[in-house]
Amino acid sequence: MIVLEKRPQPSRNWSLATPVLAVLATMIFGGLLFAALGKNPVEAIRTIFWDPLFGEFAFYYRPQLLVKGAPLVLIAIGLSLGFKAGIWNIGAEGQYIMGAITGAAVGLAFYPLDAWYVFPLMVLGGALGGWVWAMIPAILKVRFGTNEILVSLMLVYVAEQMLASMSLGLLRNPEGHGFPGSRNLNDYAAANSWIHQNAGLHWGVAAALIAVIFAYVLLNRHMLGFHIRLTGEAPRAARFAGVNPARLILFCLGISGALAGLAGLFEVAGPAGQITIDFNIGYGFTAIIVAFLGRLHPVGILLAGGLMALTYIGGEIAQSQLGLPAAAIQVFQGMLLFFLLALDLLTNFRIRLHKKEAA
Amino acid sequence: MKLTALLTNAAMVLGLATGVAAQDKTKVGFIYVGPVGDGGYTYQHDQGRLAVEEHFGDKVETVYQESVPEGADAERAITQMALNGADLIFTTSFGFMDPTVSTAKKFPNVKFEHATGFKRADNLATYSARFYEGRTVMGTIAGMMTKTNKIGYIGAYPIPEVVRGINAAYIAAKKVNPDVEFNIIWAYTWFDPAKEADAAKALLEQGADVLMQHTDSTAPSAAAEKAGNVITFGQASDMAEYKPTPRVSSIIDDWSPYYIERVQQVIDGTWKSTDTWGGIDSGMVAIGEITGLPEEVKKAAEAIRDQIASGELNSFTGPLNRQDGTPWLAEGETADDETLLGMNFYVEGIKAEMPN
Repeated sequence: MIVLEKRPQPSRNWSLATPVLAVLATMIFGGLLFAALGKNPVEAIRTIFWDPLFGEFAFYYRPQLLVKGAPLVLIAIGLSLGFKAGIWNIGAEGQYIMGAITGAAVGLAFYPLDAWYVFPLMVLGGALGGWVWAMIPAILKVRFGTNEILVSLMLVYVAEQMLASMSLGLLRNPEGHGFPGSRNLNDYAAANSWIHQNAGLHWGVAAALIAVIFAYVLLNRHMLGFHIRLTGEAPRAARFAGVNPARLILFCLGISGALAGLAGLFEVAGPAGQITIDFNIGYGFTAIIVAFLGRLHPVGILLAGGLMALTYIGGEIAQSQLGLPAAAIQVFQGMLLFFLLALDLLTNFRIRLHKKEAA
Repeated sequence: MKLTALLTNAAMVLGLATGVAAQDKTKVGFIYVGPVGDGGYTYQHDQGRLAVEEHFGDKVETVYQESVPEGADAERAITQMALNGADLIFTTSFGFMDPTVSTAKKFPNVKFEHATGFKRADNLATYSARFYEGRTVMGTIAGMMTKTNKIGYIGAYPIPEVVRGINAAYIAAKKVNPDVEFNIIWAYTWFDPAKEADAAKALLEQGADVLMQHTDSTAPSAAAEKAGNVITFGQASDMAEYKPTPRVSSIIDDWSPYYIERVQQVIDGTWKSTDTWGGIDSGMVAIGEITGLPEEVKKAAEAIRDQIASGELNSFTGPLNRQDGTPWLAEGETADDETLLGMNFYVEGIKAEMPN
């Protein structure tokens, strides 16, 4: 009989090996799936993992990886701090939307003024928008003990309605022929988040990298980081150590909200360009997966964000080049996450073959 | 080197490369907003793609990408097709407008066609169909058939194309039934069977016995079938699997002739950036078989269809006022295309409020 035996300590080797194994397992089973769909599995896998990095048009896809990965990493870093402390912000998507709306609104209010301070003010607006939206579940939790998972999640749907309303009302482009959507910020140089569009560099990419370093230092070198870890691992001990839970909740939700808001602002002022009804495409939810894939570690999140971006971009190439259905790509991405989480078991447990003894 | 320059060069190299190959093979790309199996709007565009393949055989290769989100990801999807040597790319949804414009700038040698938008360039044409003419026919049926005098309407987004359809349907329904009322629900999606079904159920609960939809799935028809005694109309595609009822007729988009014509022009080198807006007369909009209705309703609907086709009847003929009571069209006056293309108001009599 096979039994699972809990390891006294999570295995460090397995912790490093499982992501690699999961990717391999995904390649094998994904390949089988593609073969079942009548496509050459080797070609499909190569298209997804190889072409974006080293294929014929890698000069175009590599920058796109940055564009796709940056918001994921930025949001996931914020979420990971809360997750470590057992504070569950599930509503990053809503904070992302609100940050984009407030940030874009600041920029549009200045239109067409060409001044250096427009963009910095937008950045502040974006962070503030996300922060305020995250403060709602935070204050409700601190004050009334509500569940932050539910409140933050429900606020995503409120934010989506707000987004539709803004696209159709207040922020609608007055020269848009009655169509919904704001002015395109890519046509407004002072309000643009691109540093170097051709290299895929915008301020969101820079912010994501800064956030990774900031989170690493915070968690390893700072008292607050220690409190966060302690609260997650041993809540009672944390209380004895003088950690103020209310302040920690406000901090963790606030910082994740502000980072999600920033991600929204950088996205709307760069790759997306305008506030539209469909502006949000699920970065806030995908970032939850990225945070866990990266094992809530800043560097891990950076790598996980890159991997997710790769499957997105490679998946798109496979769709249009090989005619794979969109759903097959989603299944493939799902497999990756499934194998990662399933193999994670090996980090905490060891498998023993146990001989059945006579009763 | 700047990416634009780089891309242009790459495109030119490809242009040269495919230029040689293109003697016998032209590559045509399609960007879809929904899955090809939606049974509605995207399905119909894909039928157009297949018609192109069948018509040209080995001379043309087609590629497509389905379920492309309207936003930042769209530009990458379009760019990727251009990089991979497409000569002509159709982007088939309104939300692809700005991404198509900026991709077209980067690839001056590739031809682009954007459906239902209004921005054009030397290598970017627009095309659309006068779906609203079909709405006039469906509105007539709806007005004659409703017993509760309540017609439920599921809109995707409050954009001029959809608003135009609501107005056309209302005007036609009111003409045959002055007591008719429209309840409108916005789904904020082109394709989401669950949301569309929810909207349909809500409208049925409000007492509607006719459902009209400007979304792409067959979910509203499924909900109507379950409820019983409710009629629906096929949208974009015939949705024939719900014949004879609840689906009693349909507005069919037939893109095949247009796609074949434009591909031929690219092959001949005569392609030009144009703005096409075809209606029932051109065959771009077709009325699906009318089923399960009383003979006089069927006759009336067919008469409206034929009058529109012959130019005798215009969907928007005065006297008509805007919702707030201000005059829009005088007696006998018809709407100009510019107003129709930017239509963001309801006509008088519709009680719903335009979302803002």
